[in-house]
Amino acid sequence: MKYVIIGAGPAGVVAAETLRKNDLSADITMISGEGPYPHSRMAIPYFLTGRIEESGTWLRKNEDHFENLGITIVDGCVSHVDTAPRKVTLDEGQVLEYDKLLIASGASPLRPPVPGLDRPGVYHCWTLEDSRNIVQRAAPGSDVVLMGAGFIGCIILEAMLERGVNLTVIEAEDRMVPRMMNQTAGDMIKKWCLKKGVTVLTSTRATSVDEAGGKLSVSVDKGDAVAADLVVVATGVKSNTGFLEDTGIKMEEGILIDDNFCSSDSNIYAAGDCAKGREYGSDSWVMHAIQPTATEHGRQAALNMIGVPVTYQGSLSMNVLDTAGLISASFGKWDGVGGDHAESIDQDNFRYLRLEFDDDHLVGALSLGRTDRIGCIRGLIQRAKPLGVWKARLMANPNLVAEAFVGLSQ
Amino acid sequence: MQKSLNINPDKCTGCAQCELACSYESEGVFNLSKSRIKVFKFHDEGRFVPYTCTQCSEAWCQQACPVDAITLDLATGAKIVNDATCVGCKVCTIACPFGTINYIADKGVVAKCDLCGGDPECVKVCPTNAITFVDANWTGLDKMRNWAMKTDSGSQASA
Repeated sequence: MKYVIIGAGPAGVVAAETLRKNDLSADITMISGEGPYPHSRMAIPYFLTGRIEESGTWLRKNEDHFENLGITIVDGCVSHVDTAPRKVTLDEGQVLEYDKLLIASGASPLRPPVPGLDRPGVYHCWTLEDSRNIVQRAAPGSDVVLMGAGFIGCIILEAMLERGVNLTVIEAEDRMVPRMMNQTAGDMIKKWCLKKGVTVLTSTRATSVDEAGGKLSVSVDKGDAVAADLVVVATGVKSNTGFLEDTGIKMEEGILIDDNFCSSDSNIYAAGDCAKGREYGSDSWVMHAIQPTATEHGRQAALNMIGVPVTYQGSLSMNVLDTAGLISASFGKWDGVGGDHAESIDQDNFRYLRLEFDDDHLVGALSLGRTDRIGCIRGLIQRAKPLGVWKARLMANPNLVAEAFVGLSQ
Repeated sequence: MQKSLNINPDKCTGCAQCELACSYESEGVFNLSKSRIKVFKFHDEGRFVPYTCTQCSEAWCQQACPVDAITLDLATGAKIVNDATCVGCKVCTIACPFGTINYIADKGVVAKCDLCGGDPECVKVCPTNAITFVDANWTGLDKMRNWAMKTDSGSQASA
């Protein structure tokens, strides 16, 4: 059986390994658009701080890992896919035939419609190449503007502060990390950043990036333009599916997959950031560009491709973010589904926990300043049985999440 | 033969010896908050429950790790965090539905039970045999792994 995997991120790599583990004779080829050593975007902030070398970002640390598993890595970008006969064509003209194809092509940063983002000194923070450019420009004392206070913007904030730059964050929404945090938590993160000396402009839009006096100048819709030596654009991501346009494969933001990871073409599967699949506990289809979903997708898609039927239970949205030392996390339906909620707030110590319930099930949570046994929140959300006596206890004191999980599991 | 921790809450008196021993063995200090085993105290029911990682086979933490910092110790079956490789991204701490892998802020890495290399300190100090280290095939052992089945998003435990 010939398997081709487009993409060598976490979903692609886990899928390739799962294929090999379950089918020793499979012919497995993985197409990487970013060099021979698949790496993790999650690790890039730590490369920016200098904590790790480039090799520290590799998804697998042994240089011969894929060769040893008999997984061929082909370097290149896919120009198009033919579904009959089944083949993948790369930009350089190379053609790969497949029996089963997994698309794990990931996502790319969105470029907001702001004039001047093509100027030198304006980068996304997505690839190792981007990181190298950022490291070069983010010298001590330089002026850096972060466009977007989402997950990526926040996670590189510490790296920027450690490099000793003057930092301004511009966010169009009314709070920081708007897609992961509510107003209370977003405002607490903003207060934390202000204390760290970061200038935070929320409810503010960048309108253009120009050059003035040897520096960049970021114009905003409120107040004065901000001078910058470096502008980092982190305003969300979109699925990489451009090369599929003429295939007729059904897409909506991402490639639509069924609960067995199959697209509308029975020989083509999709996993990770490029796929739109079931959301946990619902009948909605979502694109969750997060590491745990990528690896779960990759593993389970591969099993289905081999013929081991595994029905996906859906992706639970979850994120953990370290904003210059303030750790926040969000799980599931953190903005609620109209049920009860419980909240614990300690503004002075930057601690916050909010739980959202649907009847007596936990469906979502937000936390700030807490790392202790936080995974229990996932455990509670994905528990099939109701919370029973623990619902009232959690309503009275949401901080008992770990106790609830352990108590209910006994 | 591989061995596993077997926890019998009925025998636990809540003395916290296991937590102190774990903290000292793994971090060199007597600090309950640094322990990788935690005794949950349910005073309403007069019940104490020692709780730590079960070294589950398709480990969520290991699968979610983006930099391959969590590896299998073939001798003990433990999933081990390599401090030099861990970047401290904390994804494992939300991916593990048991909450048994935790971020240690002052070290900038995550920590979990590593079975002390095959001779767990918590077992040695437990005065009532509430924590024992037994043959992994012993029937009735897999109580916590059964939680995995109940908690699981589905196929991970069954596939």
